[in-house]
Amino acid sequence: MSEPLFSKKNLKLLSDPINDSNPITVQVLGICSALAVTAQLKPSIVMTISVMAVLAFANVIISLLRNTIPNRIRIIVQLVVIAALVILVDQVLRAYVYDVSKQLSVFVGLIITNCIIMGRLEAFALGNRPWQSFLDGIGNAAGYGFILIVVGFFRELLGSGSLLGYKIIPDSWYIANGGFYENNGLMVLSPMALIVVGVIIWVQRSRNRKLIED
Amino acid sequence: MENLINIFVKSIFIENMVFAYFFGMCSYLAVSKKVSTATGLGIAVVFVLGITVPVNYLLEKFVLNEGALVWLGESFANVDLSFLRFIMFIAIIASMVQLVEMIVEKFAPVLYNQLGIFLPLIAVNCAILGGSLFLQQKAFVNVGEATVYGIGSGVGWLLAIVGIAAIREKIEYSQIPGPLRGLGITFIVTGLMGLAFMGFGGIKL
Repeated sequence: MSEPLFSKKNLKLLSDPINDSNPITVQVLGICSALAVTAQLKPSIVMTISVMAVLAFANVIISLLRNTIPNRIRIIVQLVVIAALVILVDQVLRAYVYDVSKQLSVFVGLIITNCIIMGRLEAFALGNRPWQSFLDGIGNAAGYGFILIVVGFFRELLGSGSLLGYKIIPDSWYIANGGFYENNGLMVLSPMALIVVGVIIWVQRSRNRKLIED
Repeated sequence: MENLINIFVKSIFIENMVFAYFFGMCSYLAVSKKVSTATGLGIAVVFVLGITVPVNYLLEKFVLNEGALVWLGESFANVDLSFLRFIMFIAIIASMVQLVEMIVEKFAPVLYNQLGIFLPLIAVNCAILGGSLFLQQKAFVNVGEATVYGIGSGVGWLLAIVGIAAIREKIEYSQIPGPLRGLGITFIVTGLMGLAFMGFGGIKL
C-alpha cells in the first residue's frame, strides 16, 4: 500500500479509456445508450454523469466484495448491485431534472444492461483493489461520455441549430427569413447517430494507426 | 385479431429494436461476423423475449403498479412498488434465461449446442430489458398483446442481425479504407439500413 494515490500507473487507468482503449470505439461496449440519447446535448451530459456514478460505485462495491463472491453466482450479484445503483440514480433524476428523466425514458433503466458496466466489472473490478477500480470506473465513464458529448454536440448543432437548447445559428440565416441555411433534419433521426459514430471511429483510427483491424 | 397483427408488424418493421431504438447493439456488433451464429443468437432472442415480456407484463400489472396489489386485500390498495421495477425485471429475466436454458438443454439438445454461449449472455442483452421497459409506455390491454409484441420485437432483431451478418460476409472482400475496416464500416452500414427501415414509418396501422 505504499503506492501513492495518484501514481503514474493509476493516472494511466484514468486517461487510457479516453483515447486508446475507449469503451465505445475500441472495446465496443455500451453502444445502445450512446446512440439513443444523443439527439441533443443535454441528455447526453446527464446520461454521462449517471453512467459515471453507477460505474464508479459498482466497481468499488464489486472490488470490495471480490474475495467473497462465489464465482458461479457472480453475474447475479453484479446485476443486483448495478440494479440497486441504477434505481438510486433514477430516483435522483426524477427528483431534480424531471424533464430530462422523461426524455431519457427507458434508457436510464437500460444502464443496468449497459455492457460497459458488466464489462468493466468482469474485466477489472473482480481482480483489482477498490481505489484502482474507482479510477478505472471514472476513466471508462469519461471515455464513454466523451463520445456521447461529441455525438450530441454535432447532432444538436446540425440538426436543430442549437446547443443545450440555446440558438446558435442566427435566425436571419434561415431560408424562411430570407437567408441561405436550413437545419439538417436527418441528424435528429436515429440512423444518423450510427453514421456519426462511424465517422468518429474513422477519424480516431486514422490518427491512431495501431487500432486498425485487418 | 387485426389488432394483434398490427402490433406484430409494427414491432418488426416500424419500431425495429435495432434501427429505431439501438437495443442490443453490443451483441449485434459482436456476433454478426457469420450468418449462422447470427441466426442462432437471433432465434434465442425471439425465444427469450417471447417469454419475458408477457411475464413482466403480468408482474407489472399485478404486483408493481400503484394499487396493483389490491387483489391481496383493501389495505394494499395504496402500495406503490413501481420503484422496484428495474430490479424485479432483471431478476425475472435472469431467472427466465436460466429456465429456458435448462428446458432447451433437456428437450432440444441440438438447438442447445447451436446456441451455446449465447443463451446465458442474453440476460445482459439490452433488447430483452428494453422490451420489458417499453411495456409501461405501450399500455397493452392484455397478455396476448404483450406476447405478440415480445415475439415481434424479437423477430425484428433477428431480421436486423441476419441482415448485417450477410452484408458483413460480403464486404469482407471489398476494398475499404484501412481505418474504416471492421467496426467503422459496420456502423455506417447499420445507419444506412436504418435509413432504409425508416421508409416503413409511413405505413399507417
